[in-house]
Amino acid sequence: MILVVAEQRAGVLNRATWEAVVAAQRLAQDAGGLPIRIAVLGAGDAAAQELAAAGVGDVVVLSDPALETYTPDGYVMALATAIPSLAPQFVVLPHTYQTRDFVPALAARLNRPLITDVTGLSGETFTRPMFQGKLAAEVRPTGDRPCFVTCQIGAFRADQVKRGGAASSVTTHAVTIDRSAIRQTPDAPFQEAKQSVDLTQAQRIVAVGRGIKSREQLPVAERLAKALGAELAASRPICDSGWLPMERQIGSSGQTVAPKLYVALGISGAIQHLVGMKGSRTVVAINKDADAPIFEIADYGIVGDLFEIVPALIAELEKK
Amino acid sequence: MKIAVCIKQVPTREWQPRIRDDKRWFRDEDVSYEMNEPDAYALEEALRLRETHGGEVVVCAAGPARIQQVLREALARGADRALHVEDEALGAADAFVSAGALAAALRDERCDLVLTGLQSDDQGHAQTGVILAELLGTPHSTIIMEVQVQEGRLRVKRELEGGWFQWVSMPLPALLTIQSGINQLRYATLKGIMAAKKKEIRKISLPAGLQPAQEIVSLALPSRTKQTQIIGGSPQEAALELLRRLREEARAL
Repeated sequence: MILVVAEQRAGVLNRATWEAVVAAQRLAQDAGGLPIRIAVLGAGDAAAQELAAAGVGDVVVLSDPALETYTPDGYVMALATAIPSLAPQFVVLPHTYQTRDFVPALAARLNRPLITDVTGLSGETFTRPMFQGKLAAEVRPTGDRPCFVTCQIGAFRADQVKRGGAASSVTTHAVTIDRSAIRQTPDAPFQEAKQSVDLTQAQRIVAVGRGIKSREQLPVAERLAKALGAELAASRPICDSGWLPMERQIGSSGQTVAPKLYVALGISGAIQHLVGMKGSRTVVAINKDADAPIFEIADYGIVGDLFEIVPALIAELEKK
Repeated sequence: MKIAVCIKQVPTREWQPRIRDDKRWFRDEDVSYEMNEPDAYALEEALRLRETHGGEVVVCAAGPARIQQVLREALARGADRALHVEDEALGAADAFVSAGALAAALRDERCDLVLTGLQSDDQGHAQTGVILAELLGTPHSTIIMEVQVQEGRLRVKRELEGGWFQWVSMPLPALLTIQSGINQLRYATLKGIMAAKKKEIRKISLPAGLQPAQEIVSLALPSRTKQTQIIGGSPQEAALELLRRLREEARAL
């Protein structure tokens, strides 16, 4: 059996759960047709029903009042109890921030392997990026089963879920959580400031990365954005440095966008950035490093000095 | 407060990997290394907490002899002393072995707070800190953007996806994984570099019996998902040609 651990908050399913289901279905197929089960933690009735309706495998709700709000201690305790009795071969999750927050502790508590940020799989060999995406590694778990696997967001396509003919069952599996053993006390999630720009609606985006070198060089990117009728955005290091506000950050910790045109200036293309923009229809990369990972997903690339190429682009666009 | 910071040494950002003949690791003869970037932010956060609350900052690394470079650098930036779990095999260790080695060094230190970067820029498992918390038996929180210490408890701002955050509180001792950009980094001063020469780096041998949880079968350059059209020529020629293709082929303008 392969167990998918769903991610939900107040019954609203994180869509990346479907990507984990697709990965689980591939694993199940490679293993000669293992059944799939899906675990939902807490009072996620709506999420459990939505998953069951797809008919991909029986849904197990791990229920305890202490699981209604996510805490790493609560989730580790619940799954460390449930997983040995469910006895899966693999436990598959989306590589979200929540997964990253608790699964390494769970794997360590059960002393079982964990392979993270997986982009592909074949049998029991998993592909995952290393060295900021400069290399792709094929890795194999050692040690006992189950093996925990987390899937890079966007690497498996949710629309490829093979739905079953009939809805699956939902059963409740009581787990007893000692509330006093949960050490973290979380407040409700919040957004920092009211967003004044909605990059997700932009038709065109010009994004800058470390290659812009200094705050003083930003106007060259601003002018290109203006000439293209594009919004200006940035990779994380630029926003960390305070050169552009956080709301203009593209990537896993910022916005996810899919514009008609995405122009990446001096962006190397770390995974955390790529997950936020790889759905763009046309990607242009301008970078001095011909081996930068951004070129792997670009439609058009210019290898060279952005401070020479961008002014040439602006001059050409402003001629009209 | 006694604060430990775990630091890794990783190939520099400009490094162009060359894969070893057996494909299981890279050729490390001509690699230059630097401090893992999120770990540098973790160190800075520890130095700032010491400035506010007093105490000691201990840096800890598990790796081959070469990682003394980043330990010296951390001492030069202001850490008080260093622990080095030294073994040549640690250079390519997975998260379970790294965390086990770090736990061996930190267990007897009884720190109030352990900080790590949220992940390393080399293997990038994003596991070591959280496994270490489990091995040390402390609560943890990850991807932290602000740290407050109030009456023996921690209150931390945890980054969620898509511009969301959450405050989480927990008792000390605890472990946090720190996100890049939490603070502004300081650089070592000449005085700091001189002072670092007198600071202790204590060597600790790798405990026996640590088992990796995964093995690297092979490394390769990533396959391209799109056929990128590289446009050459002078900047003017390339600009003209790019705009032509964006208009005529991609219809993106």
